[in-house]
Amino acid sequence: MTATTVVRTVDRALDRPAPPGALRIGLARIAIELRLYLRDPGQVVFSFAYPVIMLLIFGSVFGGGTTGPDVRFEDYFLAGIAATGIMLTSFQAVGIAIAEERERGDLGRLQLLGTPPAAYVVGKAGQVVVTTAAQLALLLTVAALAYDVPLPADAGRWLTFGWVALLGVLAGTVLGIAVSPFVGSARAASAGITGFSVVLQFFSGVFFVFAELPPWMQQVAAVFPLKWLTQGMRSVFLPDRAAAGEVAGSWEHGRTALVLGAWVIIGVVVCVRTFRWRRGEG
Amino acid sequence: MTTQIEPALRVRGLVKRYGGRAVVDGLDLDVQAGEVFALLGPNGAGKTTTVEILEGLRRRDGGEIRVLGTDPAAGDRTWRARIGVVGQTTGDGNALTVRETLDHFTAYHPRSEDTDELIAAVGLTDSAGTRAARLSGGQRRRLEVALSMQGRPELLFLDEPTTGLDPVARRQFWSVLQRLRSGGTTVLLTTHYLDEAAHLADRVGVIDGGRLVDVAPPDEMGGELRLRSTVRWREDGGFRTVVTTEPAVVLRDLLTTGPRADLPGLTVTRPSLEEVYLQLVGAASVERAPEGVLR
Repeated sequence: MTATTVVRTVDRALDRPAPPGALRIGLARIAIELRLYLRDPGQVVFSFAYPVIMLLIFGSVFGGGTTGPDVRFEDYFLAGIAATGIMLTSFQAVGIAIAEERERGDLGRLQLLGTPPAAYVVGKAGQVVVTTAAQLALLLTVAALAYDVPLPADAGRWLTFGWVALLGVLAGTVLGIAVSPFVGSARAASAGITGFSVVLQFFSGVFFVFAELPPWMQQVAAVFPLKWLTQGMRSVFLPDRAAAGEVAGSWEHGRTALVLGAWVIIGVVVCVRTFRWRRGEG
Repeated sequence: MTTQIEPALRVRGLVKRYGGRAVVDGLDLDVQAGEVFALLGPNGAGKTTTVEILEGLRRRDGGEIRVLGTDPAAGDRTWRARIGVVGQTTGDGNALTVRETLDHFTAYHPRSEDTDELIAAVGLTDSAGTRAARLSGGQRRRLEVALSMQGRPELLFLDEPTTGLDPVARRQFWSVLQRLRSGGTTVLLTTHYLDEAAHLADRVGVIDGGRLVDVAPPDEMGGELRLRSTVRWREDGGFRTVVTTEPAVVLRDLLTTGPRADLPGLTVTRPSLEEVYLQLVGAASVERAPEGVLR
């Protein structure tokens, strides 16, 4: 009896195949994250309807007006709304979702299963890329149909759109995960992250023409990713001559890539150092 | 002490302090492979803290631990795949159905039990299409048990699995555990229900003040305490009692020397498991009566 017990325990331990890798679990997580996202009416309505409603409001209020060198307000604000949309589906959605997952016990379960954190990040990032793509497609369609906002005219602009959006999504996702240990309960997270995002939108030229904001506001905004995301989007949707209306007098693509890339790295470092499945110990 | 077999779980001198106060204070514990062991104790006795340290979720301040031959503080994924855990708190549940949840988590294990069989084993077949957030507390708990069993663990930790369940749900839960036991899984279970420990466990460890105060099979719990019988009879218009480990001797004496041979109102009682337990954890409503003293 005693001998067989040892044999059985050892056998079973050696017998066990290695646990599945982080990528395989991560891919399974993308599917499940998307399913959970679609079953959260609050998230879906907020991330899909909010940008479209903003576009309709701005279109109604400022439609037909111009700013700077012959730039239509609709085009100017579409850039800001697209950038805001990316922040909504990445930073805001992720930050709030993690706080909720913690309260629902989802994260505790992942911890008990020894889930590699990388698999969790892959799942989140995959879900955010898909939902952001869907949201931007909806927004650009409405903008084109309702306000004749031209879609990016050439491959170069689409390329810019692609890398700006992708860097924005990555920065937003890792920063959403990075703030999650510090935001407290799901309710506090929802209020805190949403509040922060709204203020950042005011500072970053989403609701107002950025070049007309007070310089101190511009300087504060320049620290955060949203300003650069917005500016990058303007370089896609506005004519080249509009670059003269920017604070720097150019689109600053290099600096945009640098700042967004730096935020991705900062986010990853903070995640690695502070991410916890549970609040408190462990 | 040396043992020839390596136990599934071995703890020596475990200490955990919170703010200078030791909530686990020199705990020793062995659980053999294939055994169902119940840690029984009142709230705050240190059960959950102990179990969470064994699961590798909390750090310890002292002592030695081997769980399936590994120190939980250094447990990697291969080790984690060999244990199953049902924690004390159950979350609110998410928008995935029972079946979707189990199907999804198969991706996390090298080998998984069949989803339908698992659902049947925990009695959730009728709720397989219900979202976790809409399950009752007892059903969510059983979903957690299904998840903890999914990767075919060798050792299962169940922390107060039936707290907050209604009596029917508790009984259903018990039958799930009995099926597990017959499958050879080692189980460490915590509970503050005495009947649960007595019903399910091969051995019961009574924990109080962060130490094990007694370890025994349920019917031997309390040792000598359990053997003390109380002999009670009516005499001179009042009741007299004798506490003894040898009631037959006392009775023989009474019958030969007592004032009346019929001993009116005679009872001989042994302490119930519950009385023994309450004495062990120092919450005795029954006074600890010294043996052989007449009252």
